[in-house]
Amino acid sequence: MEKQIRKYSFLLFAPVFTAFLLVFIIPFILGIYLSFTEFTTVSDAVFVGLKNYAEVFKNSGDFLNSLWFTVKFAVVSVVSINVFAFLIALALTRNIRGRNLYRTVFFMPNLIGGIVLGYIWQLIINGILYNYGYSILSNANFGFWGLIVLMNWQMIGYMMIIYIAGLQNVPHEQIEAARVDGAGNLRILFKITIPAVMPSITICLFLTLTNAFKLFDQNLALTAGAPARKTEMLALNIYNTFYGRAGAEGIGQAKAVIFSLLVAAIALLQLYLTRRKEYEN
Amino acid sequence: MEKRSSLLNILLSAILLLLAAVFIAPVLIVLINSFKTKFSISQTPFVLPNADTFAGLENYITGINDTGLLGAIGWSVFVTVLSVGAIVLFTSMAAWYIVRSGSRFAKATYYMFVFSMIVPFQMVMFTLSKLANTLGLDTPLGLVFIYLGFGAGLSVFMFVGFTKSIPLSIEEAATIDGAGPLQIFFHVVFPILKPTTVTVAILNAMWIWNDYLLPYLIIGTDYKTLPIAVQYLKGGYGSVDMGALMAVLVLSIIPVVVFYLFSQKYIIRGVAAGAVKG
Repeated sequence: MEKQIRKYSFLLFAPVFTAFLLVFIIPFILGIYLSFTEFTTVSDAVFVGLKNYAEVFKNSGDFLNSLWFTVKFAVVSVVSINVFAFLIALALTRNIRGRNLYRTVFFMPNLIGGIVLGYIWQLIINGILYNYGYSILSNANFGFWGLIVLMNWQMIGYMMIIYIAGLQNVPHEQIEAARVDGAGNLRILFKITIPAVMPSITICLFLTLTNAFKLFDQNLALTAGAPARKTEMLALNIYNTFYGRAGAEGIGQAKAVIFSLLVAAIALLQLYLTRRKEYEN
Repeated sequence: MEKRSSLLNILLSAILLLLAAVFIAPVLIVLINSFKTKFSISQTPFVLPNADTFAGLENYITGINDTGLLGAIGWSVFVTVLSVGAIVLFTSMAAWYIVRSGSRFAKATYYMFVFSMIVPFQMVMFTLSKLANTLGLDTPLGLVFIYLGFGAGLSVFMFVGFTKSIPLSIEEAATIDGAGPLQIFFHVVFPILKPTTVTVAILNAMWIWNDYLLPYLIIGTDYKTLPIAVQYLKGGYGSVDMGALMAVLVLSIIPVVVFYLFSQKYIIRGVAAGAVKG
C-alpha cells in the first residue's frame, strides 16, 4: 500500500521534473561545460580551458562597460523605485478619497510588456528631445535616464502593492503609544513603521535588484545599446556576443556564467543582509 | 490635530492626482498618435491630430497587415492559456509530492527549483534553443512544455509554502475512506490550494504573455507572439512606419488593460500574496 502510494505519487512529480530537467538543468550544466570550450553548435565543442574567461576581460572592454552601466542603473533604479513606491504606499494607507482608483492606475503599467514599454517611452523621450535638436541616441546619458524613468513607471506600482500589504500590518497601538509619549512623525517612521515593514523591504529590494540586473526587453526596445554600445546592459551584451558575430559563442557563454554568479551573489548577499535586519527587530 | 491631518490629506490628494496623470499620460499619448499620419508623429507627439494629420484607421490596417497581429494575438492566447494551465496543474502536484514524500531526492530538486529563480535566462539561452531544436520543441506546443520547466521554480516554491500548512490529518482521513493518491490530490488537496493557484496563475500569465526573448529564440517569427510581432515591425525593415507602430502598441495594450480592469482584485491580491510567500 505504502509503496503503491509512493509509486503513484512519483507520477504526479514526473511532468514538472521532466520539463525542468530538459529545459533548465541540462542546458545549465551544458552551459557551464561550453564556457570552457570553443563552439558554434553544441556538438562541435573543443575544450580550451579558461581561454574564454581570459578573453572576456582582455579584448572586450564592452563587457566591463556593460557591467558598469548595469551597476549604475541598478543602484539608481532600485533606490528611486523603492523610495517612490514606499512614499506612495504611505499616502495610500491614509484615509484618502479614491485610494483604490489610484492603486489601480499606479499598478497598470506593470502589465505592459517590456518591448511595448520601450517603444512608448522612446516616442515620448524623442518627442521632448526633438525640441532641443537631439534624439535618445545622441548621448548615452539620455538612454540611461530614459531607462530609469521607464523602470520607475513600470515597477513603482508593483512595489507599492507589496508595501501597502506590509503597512497594513504595522501595529496601530504601538504608534498611538509612541505618539502619546511625544514621538514625532519622522521618529515613528524610522523606529516603528520601517522596522515593521522590513519583510516587505526585503522582497521589494530582491525583486527590483534582480530585475534591474536581468533587464533585457526594455533595453532592446528603448535604445538597443546605442550609441556605440554605451547603453548596452549585461543581458543585451551577452545576447549580442552570442548572435552578433560567429565564433564568439564560447566567450558569450563564459560571460553568461560570470553574469549568473554575479546575480546569484548579489541576490544572496541582499537577502542575507535584509533578513538579518528583520530578525534584529 | 484633526485639522492638520485633513490639510495634509488635501495636499496628498493633489500630489496623487498629478502622479496619476503622469502614469496615464504615456498610454494616452500613444493612443492619440495612433490616429495621426506616420510623418506627423516622431517630431510632434504631443500635438492632437488636425484635419491634415488625422489618419483615421489607416495605421491600424497597416499595422495589423504588416505584422500579422491578429494571428499573433491568437498564438499569445494559445501559449499563455495552455502554459498557465499546465503550470498550475503540474507544479501543484509536484509541490504535494515534495512536501509529503519527504525523500532526499524531492528535497534536492526543491532546492534546484528555488535556485532556478535567480539564474538569468542568458545562462541557458543558447543551449536551451539548440536543445529545443534537437528535441523538436520549436513549436507553440513545445513552447508550453518549455514554460512548464521555466515557470516551475517560482510556482513549486509557492505551492510548497502553502501545502506545508495543510494538516496531514485531512489526507489521512481520506486514505481511511479508501481514496487513492490521485483522488486525494484532486478531491482534497487541490481545492484547498485554490488561493495559491490563483496567485500562481496570475504571476505566470503576466510573465508569459509579455515574454519576448524565449519565444523569439525558440520559434522565431514562424509563429509570432504579440511581443515578437511588435519587435518585428521595428526591427524588420529599415525605416519604421511610426503610425503602424503606434497602432500595434495600442492593440497590444488593450487586451491587457481590459483583462486587468475585470480581474484587478485578483491580480493585486495575487501580487501581494506572492510577495509574502517569496
